[in-house]
Amino acid sequence: MASVTYDHVYKRFGDVTAVNDLNIQIADKEFLVFVGPSGCGKTTSLRLLAGLEEISDGQILIGDRVVNDVPPKDRDIAMVFQSYALYPHMTVYDNMAFGLKLRKTPKDEIAQRVREAAEILDIDHLLDRKPKQLSGGQRQRVAVGRAIVREPAVFLFDEPLSNLDAKLRVQTRAQLTKLHQRLQTTFIYVTHDQVEAMTMATRIAVMKDGILQQIDTPQNLYDKPSNVFVGGFIGSPSMNFFDATLVESDGKLEVNAGGFRLEVPGEKASAWAPYKGKEVIFGIRPEDVHSKQFTPPGILESDMTAKVDVTELMGNEIFLYLLTGDDKQFIGRVDPRVKVDSGDQIELAVNMGNAHIFDPKTEVALGE
Amino acid sequence: MKTQRASWLYLPLLLMAAFYILPMYIMLSTGFKSFAEVSLKTMWNLPTGIHLENFQRAYEALAPNLWNSVRLVVPAAIISSILGSLNGFVLAKWKFRGADLIFPLILFGMFIPYQSILIPLVEFMKRINLYGGIWGLVLTHVIYGIPITTLTFRNYYAGIPVELVEASRIDGAGILGVYWHIMLPLSIPSFVVVLIWQFTAAWNDFLFAVVLTKPASWPVTVALNNLAGSQIIEWNVQMAGSFLAALPTLLVYIFLGRYFLRGLLAGAVKG
Repeated sequence: MASVTYDHVYKRFGDVTAVNDLNIQIADKEFLVFVGPSGCGKTTSLRLLAGLEEISDGQILIGDRVVNDVPPKDRDIAMVFQSYALYPHMTVYDNMAFGLKLRKTPKDEIAQRVREAAEILDIDHLLDRKPKQLSGGQRQRVAVGRAIVREPAVFLFDEPLSNLDAKLRVQTRAQLTKLHQRLQTTFIYVTHDQVEAMTMATRIAVMKDGILQQIDTPQNLYDKPSNVFVGGFIGSPSMNFFDATLVESDGKLEVNAGGFRLEVPGEKASAWAPYKGKEVIFGIRPEDVHSKQFTPPGILESDMTAKVDVTELMGNEIFLYLLTGDDKQFIGRVDPRVKVDSGDQIELAVNMGNAHIFDPKTEVALGE
Repeated sequence: MKTQRASWLYLPLLLMAAFYILPMYIMLSTGFKSFAEVSLKTMWNLPTGIHLENFQRAYEALAPNLWNSVRLVVPAAIISSILGSLNGFVLAKWKFRGADLIFPLILFGMFIPYQSILIPLVEFMKRINLYGGIWGLVLTHVIYGIPITTLTFRNYYAGIPVELVEASRIDGAGILGVYWHIMLPLSIPSFVVVLIWQFTAAWNDFLFAVVLTKPASWPVTVALNNLAGSQIIEWNVQMAGSFLAALPTLLVYIFLGRYFLRGLLAGAVKG
């Protein structure tokens, strides 16, 4: 059990800065998820913490101890790799016992800890097998088991679910959450999958181009993205963005995106008032674009019309690919009872309470 | 269509195989002949009787040298394999500054012809008091073996996922621990290849042996050359001796050949 601190951490590979001034304080027992597109520096950040890469500048602390020059084996961490990295010539038991054997743990204690971990993960019947005799899901659990028996202060996970099929990934996600609750230890987890991040994390750190974009709870990240990148990265399908101007018309604030105009009602109008007359990037999530016919109650409604391009029935909802008046595409998730076809005009009710505006130059969120 | 093409293939294959087996045939058939039977005219004939005493005489003459060869080949193959494996591990999985420069320099050793270093080699062995005995020859083969063993092991280790090294480092292994617990057990196929290769190279070597050893330490290749008397050559005994000298490498290939192939493929394809 330990906290982890990244203090102005840099990692450079030649001319490339893979991690650029990373500052994060991770509390004890947190489940922190690094998320971002490939090449964003999330895996490098984890490897710096593991001691598998050298820090170019700054400090990393585990607990109160600066670990910059501490070898991986002395950092009191365990890591689960994307490829699982099980030792192919050892049985499951020996794979799990390896770290303890190297640390000269007494034999009966090793046996007990391996057995306990194997029971937690439901792999106690596989202890005599070699890794090649296991399925992907079983290998993944052995890799987790190898980490658990060590009882480390911090668990590191590097995309541990990306080699599993979709169904198993969902199950394992829940199991990892349960494991975190049970072990009461700091988990640091890297993924490119925002769904994994949203479902498991106590806090999410979104990275792009080596720079931390935002770190917050999943709900806050979804509700208050700090910039265009985070807004677009979290949530699926992605947030719709439009170049727009905030204008006043008949004493009311309006978003004018060229192809449509939307009134800005209520408290949103006062929050956005300082940007009146300015160009902004207007962002609205597909789930906040409803059909007027089935407007859910309690939303800060503002109406517009659009042309239907493509419809995708999901069963519980319909994804509408819509076109604005000036043929810009955007997506709405509407009630499955809506009956529209390609080419139809549809009345939409947009929930302006969840709309966002961003600075067009810096892409930073405004008026939050 | 398919079978037709296969039969066309067999014809040249059989011809080549026959061509390659000819020396073997001459060696064995002459080895079983009596001295009276041996002549250029009847060279291709099968022996009329089986004269096993040729082999016995050859063995009596060569036994100490066969033993010398064993004392040469076993340490030479084992030591150069271990060194190559350590080199290969460090060059592939524990890279240090300059590793990519040192590796080609080591490989360069493969291209130095034996003949070009004979005089300095002899001088060097005299200086370190290893001239004349078997250990000087062992040392020479170990060093000449390092480039090829390093290359084989480096290529094999390059194919092993780096995550295994990283996982074992986090699990608590240092550089020797990673080698001993992870790399060494995983490289058994490579060891088979390299051991066979080094065994054969050292066993078949003539040049270094004739230059570096005195008669008491001659390995079998040199002794075989001196089996022939100064006046007449007993070709039947000579051929029986040749067979005895070739037997160990033959046996190694017959019994371990498939591991050799598998090991070569494991390094090349899976890598």
